[in-house]
Amino acid sequence: MSSLLEVEALTLRFGGITALDQVSFQIAPGRIAALIGPNGAGKTSLFNCITGFYRPTSGIIRLHEQSGPRELQSMAQTEIAARARLARSFQNIRLFGAMTCLENLLVAQYRHHGPGALPSLLGLPRARATEAATIRRGKELLERFDLLPFADVAARTLPYGAQRRLEIARALATEPILLCLDEPAAGLNEHESVELSERLAGLRDEGLTVLLIEHDMGLVMRIADQVIVLDVGRKIADGPPGRVKADPRVIAAYLGDAAA
Amino acid sequence: MKAALQDAGFSALIALILALPLAGLVTTPNEAYQLTLVFHPWPVAAMTIGAFLIRLLWLKLPRFTLPKARGFGSWSLVLVALLPLLTGRRGLDIGLLVLTYLMLATGLNIVVGLAGLLDLGYVAFYAVGAYTTALLTTEAGFGFWTALPVAGLFAAFAGLMLGIPVLRLRGDYLAIVTLGFGEIVRVVLINWQSFTNGADGISGIPYPRLFGLDFSRAGSASVFRLFHLPFDRLARQMWFYILALVLTLLANVVVARLRRSPLGRAWEALREDEIAARALGLNPTRLKLAAFTTGAFFAGLAGAFFAARQGFVSPESFTFMESALVLAIVVMGGAGRQLGVIWAAIVMIGGFELVRGFAEYRMLIFGLALVAIAVARPGGLIATRLPSVRLGWVKSDP
Repeated sequence: MSSLLEVEALTLRFGGITALDQVSFQIAPGRIAALIGPNGAGKTSLFNCITGFYRPTSGIIRLHEQSGPRELQSMAQTEIAARARLARSFQNIRLFGAMTCLENLLVAQYRHHGPGALPSLLGLPRARATEAATIRRGKELLERFDLLPFADVAARTLPYGAQRRLEIARALATEPILLCLDEPAAGLNEHESVELSERLAGLRDEGLTVLLIEHDMGLVMRIADQVIVLDVGRKIADGPPGRVKADPRVIAAYLGDAAA
Repeated sequence: MKAALQDAGFSALIALILALPLAGLVTTPNEAYQLTLVFHPWPVAAMTIGAFLIRLLWLKLPRFTLPKARGFGSWSLVLVALLPLLTGRRGLDIGLLVLTYLMLATGLNIVVGLAGLLDLGYVAFYAVGAYTTALLTTEAGFGFWTALPVAGLFAAFAGLMLGIPVLRLRGDYLAIVTLGFGEIVRVVLINWQSFTNGADGISGIPYPRLFGLDFSRAGSASVFRLFHLPFDRLARQMWFYILALVLTLLANVVVARLRRSPLGRAWEALREDEIAARALGLNPTRLKLAAFTTGAFFAGLAGAFFAARQGFVSPESFTFMESALVLAIVVMGGAGRQLGVIWAAIVMIGGFELVRGFAEYRMLIFGLALVAIAVARPGGLIATRLPSVRLGWVKSDP
């Protein structure tokens, strides 16, 4: 089976520190892959390499899009965000706080519908049609993520859980084929976490591929099809959740060598 | 009430301590021309009681809130806009000044209010627009109406030139560089004697015409001569005022539409969180350049109008004080809110002019007004942001 995302021998160094050391893995399309590991294992670094916020020292990151494979490792961040069909959320929520939920979702759609300033300035029919289409799409997403009551409310005034949902909705508004979520369940209560896993499973069933960093093991075990474990920059395990959970190296990484 | 009284009493005490040496004791020469300290009790008493009462009222009076009625703001604005036409020369002069600053503030609102880029050298683009108009009309035979768009475009180009080197800067650093840019333009204007006529400035800029007619005292195209009317300076002022009103209105309509366009929302997203905006595929470089360029364009238009109205430009009109004043209008109005900016321009520039009589206290009153606004309404006169779109505005069916 062909993969959607391929990472080959990815290495990232900051001066003398090796944050990622020859990390390789593949994610099949329509799967949920979870990236786990103790603090400082390099999870967010890996994320930042894939989304272009860091440029890897060496290695290959390949995203298989319909139009063909695209190598991300040498692309600038803005280029990846504008061209490659992947979207990300942030560990510490980064919404456009003063703007409403709907506006947040509109902004996210602009890479496809380009900020054509002049047509919308003149109120040309084409600009109006585009605007109406983006608003409809925004409304769909608001409905899907139970955010409709907050549509016209400034994002920063939303309850925490709703802000988390809006971040995912905003990432989805860019119509990605790969959705990268950095600790989407952080700060959520048990009920919200279960709800989130149902949502993510629903997205997967529609064909979306999800890569997520998560500390909430309950969530990971519930929905992940594949678990990749990092420890001090190296991949130490990769496979279905049941097998990874039983891997002695994973237990050692989490609990210390004595436990293994 | 007791707490308020105590608080007010404390204020009165501080006022008393300050007033005793500052206002109470006055050195006065006696008959032998020796300086003696004379105690004046009345100013001290007045200041102490005044402080007590002001503090008490401040604590006890209901807070000032803007009227909620929809449309109230717009209608009262129409009235305010028409007022100068009825109040004669002085009213028109003040109105013209308010409109000139409002044009500038409208443009700066794009840069500071929407895109969130702190620009302290905005006056540079105003100067470029004014000098472009001055040189084109006096040296190259342009009329006002042909010079106007060129002035806007030249200023926009200057905005682009400033934008490129400062793309990587944010906040304080950006403010410092733009401040420097503003000064550079002014110093160049002073020193490039052969081109700009240095500190002497350029005079003889023709007045804007209306369908080929101008409002000069004499001359082949004079309205007064054509219709055999006596020359009326007021008519000319009214023409300028209406022209400024049209230009300002145009600028406001354009900026209001821009705010509701994808570009405007992208600017606001950039202001709110640049990293998130980049992650969503927005291009900060292009957005920032677009903001600087568009903002500068409107400053260029304002500059062209200024040059044509004065008939004279010199570097003296383009000091840092102007940048600061325009920025103060934008910030005090509530960055991003056009209605707030309009009111701030009216209150600050109009108020500034009304107290011209007390020349030496003008800056003091201005400063006090700034402090008062900053304390009473920290987000600006109108601080609440109006969404650029509401879900209810859209028909649900495709």
